[in-house]
Amino acid sequence: MADIAVPTAVVDDHGHAGHGEGHGHATSLGLSNNKLAMWLFLGSECLLFGGLISTYMLYRGRVSSGPGPDQIYDIPFTSVSSFILLMSSLTMVLAVTSSARHDDRSTKMWLTVTGLLGATFVGGQVYEFTAFYREGLGFTTSLFGSSFYTLTGFHGVHVTIGVIMLMATRGMIARNRIPGEKAEVVELIGLYWHFVDIVWIVIFTLVYLIPA
Amino acid sequence: MTTVAEPHDHDLAHAEHLGHETHDDHKPDSYYVKIALILAAITGLEVALSYADVGPLFLPAIFILMAIKFVMVALVFMHLKFESRWFNLVFWGGLILAVLVYAAALSTFKFFLPS
Repeated sequence: MADIAVPTAVVDDHGHAGHGEGHGHATSLGLSNNKLAMWLFLGSECLLFGGLISTYMLYRGRVSSGPGPDQIYDIPFTSVSSFILLMSSLTMVLAVTSSARHDDRSTKMWLTVTGLLGATFVGGQVYEFTAFYREGLGFTTSLFGSSFYTLTGFHGVHVTIGVIMLMATRGMIARNRIPGEKAEVVELIGLYWHFVDIVWIVIFTLVYLIPA
Repeated sequence: MTTVAEPHDHDLAHAEHLGHETHDDHKPDSYYVKIALILAAITGLEVALSYADVGPLFLPAIFILMAIKFVMVALVFMHLKFESRWFNLVFWGGLILAVLVYAAALSTFKFFLPS
């Protein structure tokens, strides 16, 4: 019996419907295993980013050479980047609600917009890193530089992975290649995306707005 | 031979039971737009605060605004407000653990003492 998950079921010659792997079967908590796994992953990511943020906070004043945080940050530029990422959370939640309504057209559109906003944010970060490097702040210039690039770089990688997942999901929806429930897949990616956004909310305040 | 069938009522009911795709508390899109506008306004306020000279009020104010934004995104956009307490436990538990662990780690470096 072939496996395609609920709600679309595969019926064999005898008329028996099969449930897909990882979907639809009863769980001891009565919760989706996929969602529980994603929330566990996000809970563990709090510890990862907590470590990176703490390291930055500890070393942001350690500037042996090169520019320091107060000389180099461009607050208006980063504020615009933050606004873009914040708005991408709105478009992501609109993709999730469209998906829950089984409106594939709107889901694809909002996933594309979210991906574009995320790519714009990453582009802004690449521009910022390039500008900082030209001003004399390399990865090994000072402890401040190392901890800054590590923290914001890790976040940028997370956003980039998110953009790839968004575009891949959009393509899979277009080709009807998603096994199981589209709504849950979009919701899981949405959770990841919103998490990346809330991490940036913390980074923007602690790293950029609070003076060293 | 296998054929793809339409979803059965019991399948949909089961998916709903697992919280996969139907939240009874799903709000209209305009609700999320309003929340996003509030978040944008708070961000603007944060940036304005960083330029204004508000003295000792700056740190508490900026931390409160950051916390409001964080909680709003987690509760509304991530739907934690409407989700199972297990998901809430896993996420907030991880977050609180991270804050406590790293506050303890920073305190060993005398981070919170005036320099």
